[in-house]
Amino acid sequence: MVNYIWGGMIIISVICGVINGTIEEVNKAAFEGAKEAVTISIGLISVLMLWMGLMEIAQKAGIIESLSKFFQPAVGFIFPEVPKNHPAMGYMVSNMIANMFGLGNAATPLGLKAMDELQSLNKNKEEASRSMITFLAINTSSVTLVPTTVISLRMTYGSASPTDIVLTTILASLVATIGAIIIDWLFYKKRSRRERR
Amino acid sequence: MLAFFTYCSVLFIPIIIATIVIYGTIKNVPTFEAFVEGSKEGVSIVLSILPFLIGMLVAIYMFRASGAMDILVNLFSPLFTLFGIPKEVAPLAFVKSISGTASLGLVSELIAKYGPDSLIGRLASTIQGSSDTTLFIITVYFGSVGIKKIGDSLKVGLLADFLGILTSVFFVYIFFY
Repeated sequence: MVNYIWGGMIIISVICGVINGTIEEVNKAAFEGAKEAVTISIGLISVLMLWMGLMEIAQKAGIIESLSKFFQPAVGFIFPEVPKNHPAMGYMVSNMIANMFGLGNAATPLGLKAMDELQSLNKNKEEASRSMITFLAINTSSVTLVPTTVISLRMTYGSASPTDIVLTTILASLVATIGAIIIDWLFYKKRSRRERR
Repeated sequence: MLAFFTYCSVLFIPIIIATIVIYGTIKNVPTFEAFVEGSKEGVSIVLSILPFLIGMLVAIYMFRASGAMDILVNLFSPLFTLFGIPKEVAPLAFVKSISGTASLGLVSELIAKYGPDSLIGRLASTIQGSSDTTLFIITVYFGSVGIKKIGDSLKVGLLADFLGILTSVFFVYIFFY
């Protein structure tokens, strides 16, 4: 599916570019996109190397394992395919906590570590496992406690109370996260029914 | 209030770093060696993500520059207004899952134009704060471990995003109007 979406976007862009007379912008945009990807990656290198280093210490010291144990009862049922107290659980929980507190730059490395652990449990290395799909569903609708970027944006434009959207944000993302878990479960049911046939 | 929040988030990371190092030292982990060993992985992860990121961003940037994104937004906006999403915010609902930079740009535009304390401003703020860029997360996370078949991920992610937007509208109306 990704191949069709990707190919479709590029083909439509070029066609639209010719029709709208924006082909010059399209041409420029292709290289700008590539440049932006490199810029993001370079930004990621420092952050990833710092957190990956710290997490190696945390894992060797048994912190990840304790986190897995501690949150097992709360999160275990969402990921039935992850063995009890597996480090994947610890990384996923840490990722969700980092997301909650708006620590985006710690959340990404933790999430990638979690994916790495989930991949070691995965039977088919090229295909997303059930746990991975669930984890990404939760991740994309992450529960945020303090949306710092938005608050500072509101301050910049002179809001009378920049933080008054905190409660609505928490509630909206909480419902969305629960919804994501349910939607994911429904899709899983559909998949397993198809496989049984 | 905000000063307190910012102070907490500033304090948070040094405390986490210190806790990890203290705990490691107590548990007799060779902290510096472990750090260097773990850190090495960072480079290879970024290198494995980069091709996925380039592919995705090139397509998104081209799509935006060609005007195709605007056409799509205009096409789908009426659909969003059916669900009670104001037409000013509809483009945001669409762009949110595709591009983080584009949606942040849209949010600041909306806040600047309608004011941060207007219905539109509050709605845009809530939507922006309550979900992440699905396409980006899928690209980066699956890219890092070399997953080629993403299964139902995109469908689940997009549906959850849509749900997030509906609940944002719902709670903003309940709390403010």
